[in-house]
Amino acid sequence: MKALTYEQAMEQFDPVFGIEVHVELNTATKMFCGCANEFGAEPNTQVCPVCLGLPGAMPVTNEKAVESAIRLGLSLGCEIRESSRFARKNYFYPDLAKDYQISQYDEPTCFEGSLDVVLDDGEVFTVGIERAHMEEDAGKNTHKGGTGGIQGADYSLVDYNRGGVPLVEIVTKPITGAGARTAEVARAYVATIRDIVKALDISDGRMEQGSVRADVNLSLRPKAAAGEDQDAVPFGKRSETKNVNSLRAIERAIHHEASRQAGLLLAGKPVVQETRHWHEDTGSTTPGRSKEEAEDYRYFPEPDLLPVEPSREWVEELRGTLPEHPAKMRARLKEEWGFSDTDMRDAVNADALSLIADTVAAGAAPQSARKWWMGELARTANDREVALAELPVTPADVAELQGLVDAGTINDKLARQALEGVLAGEGSPREVVESRGLEVVSDDSALEAAVDEALAAQPDVLAKIQDGKVQAAGAIVGAVMKATRGQADAGRVREIILQRAGVEG
Amino acid sequence: MTDWTRASAAQMAAAMKAGEVTSVELTQAHLDRIAAVDADVHAFLHVDAEGALATAREVDEARAAGEELPALAGVPIAVKDILVTQGMPTTAGSRILEGWEPPYDATVTRKIREARMPILGKTNMDEFAMGSSTEHSGYGPTRNPWDLDRIPGGSGGGSAASLAAWEAPLAIGSDTGGSIRQPASVTGTVGVKPTYGGVSRYGAIALASSLDQLGPCARTVEDAAYLHEVMGGHDPMDATSLDEPVPSCVDAARQGREEDLAGVRIGVIKELSGEGYQAGVEQRFEESLELLKARGAEVVEVSCPSFEYALAAYYLILPSEASSNLAKFDSVRFGLRVEKATVEKTMGATRAEGFGDEVKRRIILGTYALSAGYYDAYYGSAQKVRTLIQRDFAAAFEQADVLVSPTTPTTPFKLGERLDDPLAMYLNDVATIPANLAGIPGMSLPSGTAPEDGLPTGFQILAPAHEDARMYRIGAALEKALAEQWGGHLTAQAPELEVAK
Ligand SMILES: [Zn+2]
Repeated sequence: MKALTYEQAMEQFDPVFGIEVHVELNTATKMFCGCANEFGAEPNTQVCPVCLGLPGAMPVTNEKAVESAIRLGLSLGCEIRESSRFARKNYFYPDLAKDYQISQYDEPTCFEGSLDVVLDDGEVFTVGIERAHMEEDAGKNTHKGGTGGIQGADYSLVDYNRGGVPLVEIVTKPITGAGARTAEVARAYVATIRDIVKALDISDGRMEQGSVRADVNLSLRPKAAAGEDQDAVPFGKRSETKNVNSLRAIERAIHHEASRQAGLLLAGKPVVQETRHWHEDTGSTTPGRSKEEAEDYRYFPEPDLLPVEPSREWVEELRGTLPEHPAKMRARLKEEWGFSDTDMRDAVNADALSLIADTVAAGAAPQSARKWWMGELARTANDREVALAELPVTPADVAELQGLVDAGTINDKLARQALEGVLAGEGSPREVVESRGLEVVSDDSALEAAVDEALAAQPDVLAKIQDGKVQAAGAIVGAVMKATRGQADAGRVREIILQRAGVEG
Repeated sequence: MTDWTRASAAQMAAAMKAGEVTSVELTQAHLDRIAAVDADVHAFLHVDAEGALATAREVDEARAAGEELPALAGVPIAVKDILVTQGMPTTAGSRILEGWEPPYDATVTRKIREARMPILGKTNMDEFAMGSSTEHSGYGPTRNPWDLDRIPGGSGGGSAASLAAWEAPLAIGSDTGGSIRQPASVTGTVGVKPTYGGVSRYGAIALASSLDQLGPCARTVEDAAYLHEVMGGHDPMDATSLDEPVPSCVDAARQGREEDLAGVRIGVIKELSGEGYQAGVEQRFEESLELLKARGAEVVEVSCPSFEYALAAYYLILPSEASSNLAKFDSVRFGLRVEKATVEKTMGATRAEGFGDEVKRRIILGTYALSAGYYDAYYGSAQKVRTLIQRDFAAAFEQADVLVSPTTPTTPFKLGERLDDPLAMYLNDVATIPANLAGIPGMSLPSGTAPEDGLPTGFQILAPAHEDARMYRIGAALEKALAEQWGGHLTAQAPELEVAK
């Protein structure tokens, strides 16, 4: 059986897909106990009787997490249920302290929403949201020795620090009509969710740390014959690919699954309804649990917790705190800053939008702000393999740096050296300019002396200039710049050379 | 020399205040009594002589220094092994938790410590509170001090027996379907299940979270009232805890002793009598009603037709919740571990070995009842019955201030008699279960002994939610009237136990 390319698959079939996104909230404490909600602590140091599931311990709902979930729900256009419940999802697993997960089942807090996502070419695609519900995360297993899997390991270690961390799971309705743009829509949808949670400041939104995680399900159905309604064609069997944790991986996973399923269908073989594991290295998926052997989670209402009953007044108050939708904000900024489509897309993809906005707010011109963040700083971030925002430089620093250039205190080349100093932790741009002595030499007498010296050293060049070959002055400019270690204003040096040579500038 | 173990907790508190006895003397007297009789009774799973005496000494020193002390300071207490206690093993009667020492205190444990009451030890119980006889304890049964061949009730047989055997003046119990009231009934003691949410459940090992409630066990209504006030109150660690003041139980008990019951309407629940009820139990119940009438109460009959379904609903809800609550006993973080080749096999082997038959029976029932495709028919229907029972109670409380019934249909049965017949065992709780399904408070106090077997019979008082104080008023009034007839409390009539040398 031969796999098809994604494009071939899309020519023959109509894809239907859905995405479940888990957002880890950035509340100070966990979902149901007072333990710190922080990433990266020593194993099992952020635990208590509640999140360790010790006998007798009981959960208490984190109100801040409820607030975050409602604000997210409102941002997704969801209805907020007047009374919603937590439920227990029962299954045995060592990283699940109580051997049940407190989640929401038949009564999620947020339901029936929709989200507009903007594709690269500006087209807007509306994604239906089925629900957004709260739940707690599980701990983390590490399997040592043997096969490294849970069944074949010599032993396993469990870290419960992540156990009980608050999550919101956002589930889309089946998404149809995206056709060949399915992978692009999926990617844009997750990117938009990520932007929204960051704008809401309810999560750090970092996919690489697992703060935003996606499961992608996909099925293919035959294309409707000409003149027939595609919506009337029943859905095919779907696969659900778990833990697809970067924007690029989402596109790749959809490409892979569409090709794989199309290959099966064309060969007359069935697609198995199952969960599949994503492998980043090979860009492919392998089967997990099939639906037939799927567990029965025996959901029932969590008797240790009261229903979540936000007052209408509170919900409206929260609605008033919502930031601008990222797509609208982008359109507005593009207009205000006069960026091209490409400028804007590059900035968005580099996660530089809010950095540029903050730099502009600190006094820099939009194009200058863009130039620094998308140029020098993007290169540095790339070299250091960190996110732009993680660089030890603030938008205020960048604005200050550009201010020094605009005032003529330093030139572009010196500014790059100053920035290097800032990134090395030497202080603010102004402090670095001072401590490294980077200011341009604007004292004419010093420049005149340097020009005279250079002209004396190259009398042939002086003769050429005096002959009218003004462009020969470049060699002298270079010599002066070298002598002043780049700290001269090249324009001024040129003027002085022409004066000294007796030629009008 | 006075035998202080025969005094009530209130008398002990007053005597300490008057300087007639010290907490160390009281505590030692009870420890001596435990040493003398507990080999036969087996009310305790763990005795903490050192810890109890240390607390007692501190109380005596504080009193000598003129410190203001809580009402029950220095009065020793026994704690059901369902409550986690830091520094003392906690097993909930299960082998799966053998040797486990919790790293934290339950809220009620903390309150007992704050009330400065020496904790004598942990009392025996049916494993994870599943049972009505304490025969399902993983550590052997407790025996009824009235007749060592008979059951002390359950699940809190240890707490009730410790009171009847004069091993402790007060004890903590937990009541999911009658585990405080039924043992009180069959041992001739007093037991109270407060309104759901009235006492924090934090640190009480959960059986069925929506039914469980901790409460006081004592030999007198007044003592229970004092302990109720120590235990009760809002707890931010328990989301289902009521955010309202602790009911004035002590004042209500005093009112019951001192005032008549004019204007009080007492509703007799029609459905909790007749078939299955022992003649002597019904006789003592009728006599108690007469005494209440004599004190001015009006007695009316009420009907609660949905009670017919209570037992069935209870045995769906309880196993369902329990099957989930007991999942955490998986060998990974605490308790027994039976090491096998894989995690899954280790979990299975540990649970197979650590849990007793009754626990396994209920886990299987609950797992089945919650399964996809069965949920609506079982768990869903049971929740509907719960609503119907709440409606029955609401209607009955329109006609009466409190509702009454015999606590148990029979006096205590013999050990082993119903072990092979779970249904007969379950029927013991037919009168106590409705209160748990509705979340309302209930009390059991002694109404005498059945003429045919000389064993204790219990009188149950139920009040509307949040109206716990009402039970104390009526209970104290009845207790006083009965004591006048008997010339003392019922427990004084119990046969003397043989004391070990
Ligand atoms: Zn915790």
